[in-house]
Amino acid sequence: MDRRHVLKIGGAAAAALAVPRAMAQAREPIRIGELNSYKVFAAFLEPYKKGMDLAVDEINAGGGALGRPIEIVVRDDNGQPGDAVRVAEELLARERVSMLMGTFASNVGLAVSSFAKERKVPFLASEPLTDKIVWEQGNRYTFRLRASTYMQTAMLVPDAVRVAKRRWAIVYPNYEYGQSATAAFKKLMQARQPNIEFVAEQATPLGRIEAGPVAAALQAARPEAIFSSLFGPDLSRFVREGTTRGLFRNVEVFNLLAGEPEYLDPLLDEAPVGWYVTGYPWQDIKTPEHDRFLSAYQAKFRDYPRLGSVVGYAAVIGAAEAIRKAGSLEPEKIVDAMKGLSHSTPFGRIVYRTLDHQSTMGAYVGRIGLRNGKGVMTDWRYADGAEYLPTDAEIRSLRPPE
Amino acid sequence: MSEIFADILIQFLNGLAGASSLFLVAAGLSLIFGVTRIVNFAHGALFMLGLYLAWSLIDLFGRSTLLGFWGGVLAAALCVGAIGAAIEVFVLRRIYKAPELFQLLATFALVLIIKDAVLYFWGAEELLGPRAPGLRGAVEIFGRRLPEYDLLLIVAGPLVLCLLWLLLHRTRYGMFVRAATQDREMLAALGTNERHLFTSVFFLGAFLAGLGGALQIPREPAQLSLDLAVISDAFVVVVVGGMGSIGGAFLAALLIAQAKALCIALGDVAMFGTIVSFSKLTLVVEFAIMAAVLVLRPWGLLGKPLALARGGSAHASPLDPPGQLFWPTSLFVLMLLAFAPLGGDRYLLVLMGDIAVFALFAVALHFLMGPGGLVSFGHAAYFGLGSYAAALAFLRLDLPAEAALLAAPLAGGLAALLFGWFCVRLSGVYLAMLTLAFAQIAWSVVFQWNDATGGSNGLIGLWPAGWLKDRTLYFWATLALCAAGIFFLWRTVHAPFGLALRAARDQPMRAEAVGIDTRRVQWLAFALSGAFAGLAGGLFAFAKGSISPDTLGVARSVDGLAMVLLGGVHTLTGPVLGAAVFTWLQDEIARNTQYWRAILGLAILALVLAFPYGLGGALKRLRGAS
Amino acid sequence: MTLLVANGLRKAFGGVEAVIDVGFAVAPGEVVALIGPNGAGKSTCFNMLNGQLAPDRGTIELGGKNIAGLPPRAIARLGVGRTFQITATFASMRVRENVQAALQSFADKSYGLWRAADTLCREEAQALLARVGMADQAERQCGTLAYGDLKRVELAVALAGKPRLLLMDEPTAGMAPAERLALMSLTASLARRDKIGVLFTEHDMDTVFAHADRILVLDRGRLIAEGSPAAVRNDPTVRRVYLGAGTMYGEAT
Repeated sequence: MDRRHVLKIGGAAAAALAVPRAMAQAREPIRIGELNSYKVFAAFLEPYKKGMDLAVDEINAGGGALGRPIEIVVRDDNGQPGDAVRVAEELLARERVSMLMGTFASNVGLAVSSFAKERKVPFLASEPLTDKIVWEQGNRYTFRLRASTYMQTAMLVPDAVRVAKRRWAIVYPNYEYGQSATAAFKKLMQARQPNIEFVAEQATPLGRIEAGPVAAALQAARPEAIFSSLFGPDLSRFVREGTTRGLFRNVEVFNLLAGEPEYLDPLLDEAPVGWYVTGYPWQDIKTPEHDRFLSAYQAKFRDYPRLGSVVGYAAVIGAAEAIRKAGSLEPEKIVDAMKGLSHSTPFGRIVYRTLDHQSTMGAYVGRIGLRNGKGVMTDWRYADGAEYLPTDAEIRSLRPPE
Repeated sequence: MSEIFADILIQFLNGLAGASSLFLVAAGLSLIFGVTRIVNFAHGALFMLGLYLAWSLIDLFGRSTLLGFWGGVLAAALCVGAIGAAIEVFVLRRIYKAPELFQLLATFALVLIIKDAVLYFWGAEELLGPRAPGLRGAVEIFGRRLPEYDLLLIVAGPLVLCLLWLLLHRTRYGMFVRAATQDREMLAALGTNERHLFTSVFFLGAFLAGLGGALQIPREPAQLSLDLAVISDAFVVVVVGGMGSIGGAFLAALLIAQAKALCIALGDVAMFGTIVSFSKLTLVVEFAIMAAVLVLRPWGLLGKPLALARGGSAHASPLDPPGQLFWPTSLFVLMLLAFAPLGGDRYLLVLMGDIAVFALFAVALHFLMGPGGLVSFGHAAYFGLGSYAAALAFLRLDLPAEAALLAAPLAGGLAALLFGWFCVRLSGVYLAMLTLAFAQIAWSVVFQWNDATGGSNGLIGLWPAGWLKDRTLYFWATLALCAAGIFFLWRTVHAPFGLALRAARDQPMRAEAVGIDTRRVQWLAFALSGAFAGLAGGLFAFAKGSISPDTLGVARSVDGLAMVLLGGVHTLTGPVLGAAVFTWLQDEIARNTQYWRAILGLAILALVLAFPYGLGGALKRLRGAS
Repeated sequence: MTLLVANGLRKAFGGVEAVIDVGFAVAPGEVVALIGPNGAGKSTCFNMLNGQLAPDRGTIELGGKNIAGLPPRAIARLGVGRTFQITATFASMRVRENVQAALQSFADKSYGLWRAADTLCREEAQALLARVGMADQAERQCGTLAYGDLKRVELAVALAGKPRLLLMDEPTAGMAPAERLALMSLTASLARRDKIGVLFTEHDMDTVFAHADRILVLDRGRLIAEGSPAAVRNDPTVRRVYLGAGTMYGEAT
C-alpha cells in the first residue's frame, strides 16, 4: 500500500466516524460504505449519522466483527442518482468497502440497488421507502430495512376502516412515495370498505405545497376524512393553514410519518391533536432494547433520538450482524447471510425476509396529542412489519426471479 | 350555486395572497437586474436568509408582542439589505468588467455559501415561525375561513408596489434608477456616481428579498431548500412581467398565483373520458405560462426591448484556427487520459469518464453560448432527453447499448430543433429563460409520465452487455466519443458555419445583409448543441446504469453553466477545463468535508475573482503575455 | 437600361405617412444621392429598398424582378450590397474574416461544418480588401480599428456579394472631411468601373454635390425634386425646404 493510499484512508477515517483507537490499531478495520443525501435531507440524516456513530461504538467495544473493528466510510450523494453511483464506485474502488448501505430518496435507492446488482455487492437500503426496491425491481443484492410505503399505509388502514367515514379526500406529495401511498391506500380501503368515496385528490409538488389553496380545495369537497402522506415543511404548512381555516374540524385525518419526531417536533404546540399517524414515540417506549438505546444515545449526544437515529443505528447493526453471520467478507456470503438474518433493534427483533429481502421492522401507530406544549404520540401501538405485507404469492408475482 | 361562488372567491383571495408573496421577492430581483443587468442567482438565498433572520430576531424581540414581531421582520429585512450591499461592494463590483453572465457564476457561489452558513447557524431541522400577534385567526367570508394574515399580505403587495412607484417616479434617486434601467450611457451623462447607485440598488433589492422572506414567517417554515425554490419562482415572475418592470412583476405574480390557485381549485376533473389532475399541473404551470408569454410577447408583459446584447461579443477576441501543434497536442493529451486510469485505480476511470461526459456537455453548451451568443439556462433538457431516449431504446426496444446510444443525440437534437425554433426568436435573458421554461416543461413531463419514463423513480438497469460491460472499455468508448464530439464542435466553430454563427452574434443586421439567415444558423446551432448534449446524456445513462428526472433538472443546467463560465466563455478549451475543475473539485471537496458546499462556493468565488475571464481566458492571457 | 425602379412606394406608421408615392430609378454605374431634411422619409425609403421594411404599396424592381417585401438576406442575394449608418462589422473577427464570412455566405458555403473557414475564399477576401485599401490591416481585429477604416471594411463586405446595387446609409457620417472625400471617391470609382449602381443618403452637402451623378430630394414623405446636382441646387422648392430647415444647403459655389 502506497503512502497516498494510507493518507486517503486516514482522511476518510477522520472525516467519517471515530473508531476506538486501541481496536483500530490492532487490526485493519472492516469498511462499510455509507452513502446518503446528508445535505439535501439534513433534518433526517443528521440524527441518522449519530445513530450510526453509536452503533459503531457499541459494535467495536464488543469486539467488532470477525475479530476486526468496523468502520463506516461516509459519502454524500447530493440527492442525485448519478452522483450516488459515482460515490458508490469510489467506495468500492478506493475504500475497498465490503458492502454498501444508506440512501434516502427512492430514485437514489433504486439507482444504487441497480448498481449493486450489476457489481454484485451487498446493499442495505436503510431508508428509501419505495415498494419497488424489494418487489418489482428487487434483486439478489439489495435488502431494505425500513417499513415500506405500502407497509406503513397498511398499518393505518385498520383505524381508517374503524372510523367508518365515506367521503375521503387525499393529499400527497407528487412523487413516487406519495403516489404509492395513495395507490396503496385506495386499494386497501376499497377492499375493506366498498362504499368508500374519494371526493378530492391533491398532488402537491414536493417541498412546494400551496397550502392555502390546497386546504381550501379540500374543504370545498366536504370530506369526512383525509388521508395525507405529506411530511416535512409541506406538512407544517398544511397543518397551519388547515388549522386556521378550520379544515380539520370534525374531520378524521390520517397522515403517514407525521408522528416521526423529525416532522412532529417542528410543529411545536400546533401539532394537530387527534390525527392518526405512524411514527416514533421515543419518550414513551418502555422496552429493554429501547431503554438501552435511549440512554446510550442520550449519554453520547446529549440529545434525544429521532427516527433517523434508530434507522442509522439499526442499519449498522444489521450490516455487522450480516458480516458476523457470513463469517467472511465475500459479497455472495454476506448476501446469503442477510437472507433471513435476525437481530435486535431498539424496536425489537427484526428479520430480513428471505422471500423479498424486506426487514420486518415495524412502526408505531397512534394519534397525535400534546404534552408540555409539544406534540407526542398517544394511544400508540407497535405495528410489526411482518403483519402488514401482502401474501407471499402476491410478492412472488411482483418480484423478478433471481 | 352560492357555495361554488364562495369556494371560487376564497381561491381568488388565496391567489391574491400568493401573488403578493411572489411579487415581493420578484420586485427586488427585477430592480437589481434592471439597473445592474446582473442576474442575481442568490436572490432566493437572500429570501431564505430573511426568513431565518426573522425567526431568530422575533424570538429575540419577543414572539408575542406586536413590536417584537414587526420589529423582527423589519430588522431581518434591513440585515439582508446590508448583506446585499456588502455582496455588491466586496464581490460583484470587482467583476463588472468581466463578460456578461460571469457575475451569475459569482452569485451561484454565494448560494452555496449562504446555504451552508444557514445550516451552520440554524441547523437542519425546519423552523416553524410564530404567527403574527393580532392576526392569528381567520375571518369568515361566506362561511369560508381565510387567515387574517392572508388579508395583510393581500394589502402588502400593492402597498409595496405603490411605495416603489413613488420612489422611482417622485424622487431624484428614482430618476437615476429609471435612467440606469433604460439607458446605461445616459446615466453616465447624468453625472451620477454609478458605484453608489449600484450599491444602493443592491441594498434595496436585497431588502425586498429579505422582507419577502420575513413576511412569510407565519406561513412558511424556515428550511434549507427555500433558496432554489424561490429563485425559480422569482425568475419566472420577473421575466413574465418584463425584466426591470416593477408593474409587470406585479401583474405576472398575479397571473401566476391565480393560475396556480385555479389549478388546485379544479383538482381532478373528468375530461374526454379520463381524469385530468389539474393539481399536478402546479408542478409546471408557471413555466408553461412563461413559455406562452415569451412566445407571444418576447419582452414579457410590460417589458421593453433591452439593449442587452445576446452573449455579447464585446469581450470576444478572434478565434484563430488551431496552430500546427494543436491537433497533435490534443491527441497526445487524449492518449495520456486514455492510459492514465490503468494504474490500478478503478475510480479514476469513473471520475475521468464523468469528466469526459461533462466536458462534452459543457462544450456543447459553450458552442451555443460562446460563438452563438445564445445563453441556455435549460441545457439539461437535451442532456436528459438524450439519456432517456437511449435508456428507453435499450429497455423497451431491447436494442444493444451501442445502437441505443444513437437515439441519444437524435433525441437531444430533435428536442433542440423544436425548442430552438421558438428560442431563436428572442434574445438575451428572455431567450435564456425560455430555454429554462422548455427544460422545466420537459422535466415535468418526464417526472409525471410514470408509464413511459418511470416517473420520479426514473429508469434503472441500464447496464450495457457485451464488450461495453468492461468498465475500461466503456471508459475508452466514452472518451473516444466525447473527444470526437468535442473536436467536431471545435472544427465547426472554425468552419464557415462557425463564422456565420459568430457573425450572427456580433451583428445580426450585418449578417442578414450579407445573405446569412441568422435565425436558421442559430436554430441549427441549437440542434447541433442539443444533439451533442444528448450524446453526453446517453453516455451518462449507461455509465451510471440508471437515470431519473434530475438528469434534466435545473441543477444539471446550472452545473453546465458553471462549468462554461468557470472555464471562460470566449475560449474554446475553457469549457473542457471548467468541466474538469468543477467535477474534480466537487468530488474532492464533497468527500473530505461536511461543509463541502460552502467550500465549493468559496473555491468558485476565489476563481471568479482571480480569473474574471475564466480559466481558459487566463491561460490564453498567460500565453499572450509570454 | 435601368437597374432599380421604385414605383409608387408608400409606407405609413400608425396613421402617419412616412413615404408617399415615391418613385425613382437608378442605372448601372450611376451614383445617386437621396437627400432631405430630418424626418423627410429617407431612412424609411432606404429600409424598404433593403428589405428591413415592407412597403404598404408600390413596387421595387431590381433588374425587372419585384423585390418589395423580401427579407434583407434575399435582397442581398439578388445583388444589393449595403452599408449601415452606424458601422456594423463583426467586431470579434479579424478584418479578413469579416469579408470571408460575407464571401462564404454568398458562395452558399455558410452551412459547412467541417472544412476550415480560414482558407476558404481567402484570396478573394484579400483582393477585396486591397480594392478598399485595407490589405495591410487584414489581420487586425475589427473591434480595434479606427472609424474610417471600419467604413472601408464595411464597403469591402458590401462588395463581397458582387452587388449590382449598393445602398449606403450616411456613408460618411462621423468622418473627417479628408476621409469623406477619400471614401466617396473610392466608392464612385468602383461603381463606375464595375457598373454598380449606388444610392446613398447623406447629410453633408459637399459630399453630395461632389460625388452624386443625380440627386433625389425628399420632403415630408414626398419626392419634391430630382435631377443633376446643378438642377437641384437651383430648384426653388428645394431651396425653400432647405432654407426652412437651416443651413444644410451647402451653397458650395
